[in-house]
Amino acid sequence: MSSLDLAALDPILAEHGPRGRTALLPALHAAQRLYGHLPEPVAAAIGKALGVPLAEVSGVIDFYAMFYREPVGRRIVRVCTDPACALAGADAVLAAACARAGAPAGQTAPGGDWTVEAAPCLGLCEHAPAALVDDQAMGRLSPADVDALLAAAGPALPAMVGGDLRVLTANCGRGRPATLAEYEANGGYAGLRRALAAGPEAVISEVKAAGLVGRGGAAFPTGIKLEGARKAAGQPKYVVCNADESEPGTFKDRVLLEDDPHSMLEGLIIAAYAIGARQAYVYIRGEYPRAFGIVQAAVAEACAAGYLGANLLGSGFDLEVELRLGAGAYICGEETALFESIEGKRGFPRVKPPFPTAHGLFGQPTAINNVETLCNLPLIVTRGATAYRQMGTERSPGPKLFCVSGDVARPGLYEAAFGLTLRHLLYDLAGGLRPGRRLQAVLFGGAAGAFATERDIEVKLTLEDLREAGLPLGSGVVMALDDRRDLRDVLRRLGHFFAHESCGKCYPCQIGTQRQAEILERVAAGRAQRGDAERLRDVGWTMTDASLCGLGQTAASAVLSAMKLWPGLFAEQPAGPGA
Amino acid sequence: MSIDVHLTIDGQPVTVPAGTTLLQAAAEAGQAIPTICYHEHCTANALCRLCVVEVEGARVLAPACVAQVSDGMQVRTRGERVDRSRRTILEMLASAVDLSEAPEIQRQLEAYEAQPGRFPEAERREPALIDDNPMFVRDYGQCVLCWRCVQVCADDAQYTFAINFEGRGYATQIGTFFDRPLPETTCVFCGQCVGVCPTGALKPKREWLLEQGQTPDEIMALTRSERRRKQRK
Repeated sequence: MSSLDLAALDPILAEHGPRGRTALLPALHAAQRLYGHLPEPVAAAIGKALGVPLAEVSGVIDFYAMFYREPVGRRIVRVCTDPACALAGADAVLAAACARAGAPAGQTAPGGDWTVEAAPCLGLCEHAPAALVDDQAMGRLSPADVDALLAAAGPALPAMVGGDLRVLTANCGRGRPATLAEYEANGGYAGLRRALAAGPEAVISEVKAAGLVGRGGAAFPTGIKLEGARKAAGQPKYVVCNADESEPGTFKDRVLLEDDPHSMLEGLIIAAYAIGARQAYVYIRGEYPRAFGIVQAAVAEACAAGYLGANLLGSGFDLEVELRLGAGAYICGEETALFESIEGKRGFPRVKPPFPTAHGLFGQPTAINNVETLCNLPLIVTRGATAYRQMGTERSPGPKLFCVSGDVARPGLYEAAFGLTLRHLLYDLAGGLRPGRRLQAVLFGGAAGAFATERDIEVKLTLEDLREAGLPLGSGVVMALDDRRDLRDVLRRLGHFFAHESCGKCYPCQIGTQRQAEILERVAAGRAQRGDAERLRDVGWTMTDASLCGLGQTAASAVLSAMKLWPGLFAEQPAGPGA
Repeated sequence: MSIDVHLTIDGQPVTVPAGTTLLQAAAEAGQAIPTICYHEHCTANALCRLCVVEVEGARVLAPACVAQVSDGMQVRTRGERVDRSRRTILEMLASAVDLSEAPEIQRQLEAYEAQPGRFPEAERREPALIDDNPMFVRDYGQCVLCWRCVQVCADDAQYTFAINFEGRGYATQIGTFFDRPLPETTCVFCGQCVGVCPTGALKPKREWLLEQGQTPDEIMALTRSERRRKQRK
């Protein structure tokens, strides 16, 4: 530590210190950019400057996978090993990268240039197998590309966007962010002008009439949420954009933010106006550094053009937007854990009730919405609820984004009105399976989702039809698995994902995700013991019934659905070699 | 002035003031709901979930320590779902940590017919015992992560903030800033963390030494020689 130049930290402390604890994650990010990791004297200086007890500073550092207490390589290479990338050969890429870096995954060779990690889903599923090298996204990797991978030298990865509709994605697919001028030329910010003219109550009643429900996974009616936050007593109020998209297989919000950042911003401003919030936050997951930079630039553009700031568009309404970068914690996509993270704490979800509309960020009334949800707001305000409802079905109105990945000819982001069939999505839009392959299963809704089979191919993709079929829409994940895939291996990876991402707060999830992962590991290795199926069921139902938050309550969802569909997968196996 | 709330617990009508938790309401009705993390002088965080009960119409089970009564609520404190969750939580806990000095949890294991050996090949949490101060030892192999010690060290009681969490998920452990020995932290050795610990994870040093077979005289001699050593420094 003797060579540590603490004076270099001074500008960071001067900038973040006065803001107190809420600036803890930004300060840690800035310090880590400076030193490569967060050594003890640096962490202590930050804690003192921000007024955070030192034990809580290290508690926060430890919680987030992208903060490091110990020295790491000059470059950090995160190779995704979750299902979509695994199907495309991620393990071989990881092994090649580790061999070249000279250290096993998660470790650094002495004096090594690289730290290679097996990473949870990076939201680059349509480019599988994918990796993130520092801030550079890399896709369609093969073990032969390992030199380019470690050098972070790869082609840009233009989003693959298609579908029956191009409403939410109208400005996406250019391979670069739409500029403000392009956004405006396509009718951008007209929704905001209409909203400001109509007044907050009219905006909320239009959103309610449109029947919009949240697109992050919980499908809660957005209009009711906005109304609740508007009516809640107390100022200040906040709006938060939840861009902590981390559900394995989900990449829609990344595409929206990277290709059309103003759409989310316009929705955010409309939501803030509707509830009477003068401060907005956009919380973007740590694995999306590119999206973070693009949104940052878009906020500056919007400020310069008068869409943000004091008296925006001459309306008398003021709004500031602050961006936050996550640091590697799936749980922070849970709304109350996200608040804790903005407040500078470990991302522990809170007990609900109270709900965010009454008691959210900093204990104040808050409306928190997913990126895609916010992108629907300008559309609803511009077109009106009646025209909006022309898309989709009576009970599932509007456009929807589907993240199609896995064994299809054209993985990508597909937009369609609710009501298309799974067959249309998989075969017409995504090009069907590769030649000679049959569909074995579809993982619906992500790691927290459930499996569908060929029998469900005609199911209509609406909230009501999927509920009836016992399939969660979740965040719009549709991951195809063809007939040569080992479902036990897919389940093993899901088990590992949840064990890695459990925050550790409540017992069912803290211990259950670990026990579930151990059993799934055994099952995948062909060493399932007598009683393992029953153990999995008890652990699974205990997590589902008794966990504190949505993570634990869905951590066994895919496993329990697989147990129903393919009970044979979990039967006792004669001990394999080496057992 | 409080508003009365009417509900049923296991079919029995109960009337309690609004804001009462299900745990308190059940106690009024003579129903004891098991808990691990709950302590009446600490903030309830609904961690252990052993207190979960079934509330008619609810999708998931409710933690009785924090869930509040509401009018017309129908609560069942036992049943297949509740019992499975409680039994499995206890079995998982026994598979993770040493409960040999947690008699209350052991009684719950018996009450729910939980098998401590239910999970073969389970990775246990077995960190080495930490003996870094003259007042108490920390054996986190016995820690059930009830959070009480962290809370009394922070704003539930002492406001010293010497300890917090390390790691995440199953690897979570209570610890100090960068694993500093307690005497190098803000710890004031008030002993409240030891007092609220429900297992043998936090133990007075003297109790620990007695268990090691040291006699009171030997312990006093240790203390004296330690003091002399310090004075010479």
